[in-house]
Amino acid sequence: MHELSVSTAVVDTAVRHAAGRRVLTVRVRLGRLRQVVPDSLAFYFNLVSRETVCEGAVLEQEVVAARLACAPCAYEWEIEVPAFRCPRCGGAEVAVLSGEELEVESIEVEEGAACTA
Amino acid sequence: MHRVKVRVVEDALDANNTIARANRADFDRAGVTVVNLMSAPGSGKTTLLERVLGPGVPGLRVGVLEGDVQGSLDADRLADLHVHVTQLNTDNGFGGECHLDANMVRSALDAVGLDALDLLIVENVGNLVCPAEFAVGEDARIMVASVAEGDDKPLKYPLMFRTCELVVLNKIDLLPHTDFDVDRFLYHLDAVHPGVAHLTTSARTGEGVDALRDWLAALPGERGPTARGRAQAPA
Repeated sequence: MHELSVSTAVVDTAVRHAAGRRVLTVRVRLGRLRQVVPDSLAFYFNLVSRETVCEGAVLEQEVVAARLACAPCAYEWEIEVPAFRCPRCGGAEVAVLSGEELEVESIEVEEGAACTA
Repeated sequence: MHRVKVRVVEDALDANNTIARANRADFDRAGVTVVNLMSAPGSGKTTLLERVLGPGVPGLRVGVLEGDVQGSLDADRLADLHVHVTQLNTDNGFGGECHLDANMVRSALDAVGLDALDLLIVENVGNLVCPAEFAVGEDARIMVASVAEGDDKPLKYPLMFRTCELVVLNKIDLLPHTDFDVDRFLYHLDAVHPGVAHLTTSARTGEGVDALRDWLAALPGERGPTARGRAQAPA
């Protein structure tokens, strides 16, 4: 159901930027730390996009790795599991470099020749 | 007909975050500190609030915004203790949202009456996933976990445990009857959110409840320009 909320937000964003044009592709970037399941998001996207300009659009998902940086020792690393302490110095002051994205990167829309004249 | 690529580069939750910032501005104007209280269903949030708020928090006028999919059972319990409580149901549209978002909270602010309050506790819908994604304009998040849920939960729901300022482990009166290992829980919590503040409580026996009340009572003093502020989630 998490993906239902997220897919609704994705469709709303795409619809706004489409400005009435039919949407063919929606490209999203999903950080690993956001706990979004791609298959589930695709399922809900198809459901939520019905009767909008996004109906039938392809959802392209790029999963962004979770990269952290330790403030005291400047070590940078990537995590596969939720372990946020610095593996080198044990420090807790850790910044997230990437992995929190929940971003609509771009959309592809259909434009008629008449509209672009 | 031809295809045109439109660059968007926008957080999908941008619309929510914009409203959360507007809420935050209203809270600031009214001088109200806001806590977003989150947990799984049945972790004891409402019972904890009964225990904490029943006797009152010294020096603070406290209100509760009670989020539920349906009904007013929790709000009624708090109202019985003369706590200033406002009910917010989420069962419109899709058949019951599983979280509160900034707009839902905004729609309830007139009923809440910010001018009469110093501290507003938003009791979110019981859910360990969705509420973590939706900022409502809060100053701090408290996450309640309970012994009955098991000591591995920080690893299973890292986003929720990572985006809070305080973790309360409730139902510690059940420890003798379960395999829950407090040290293991704290070890997992430290992996997910190193250094986060935590308390252990039993809303049933009242153990640890005073410490939670003290934490809440100190919160408005920590507010201001240095306060972390959650116009946007997660940090």
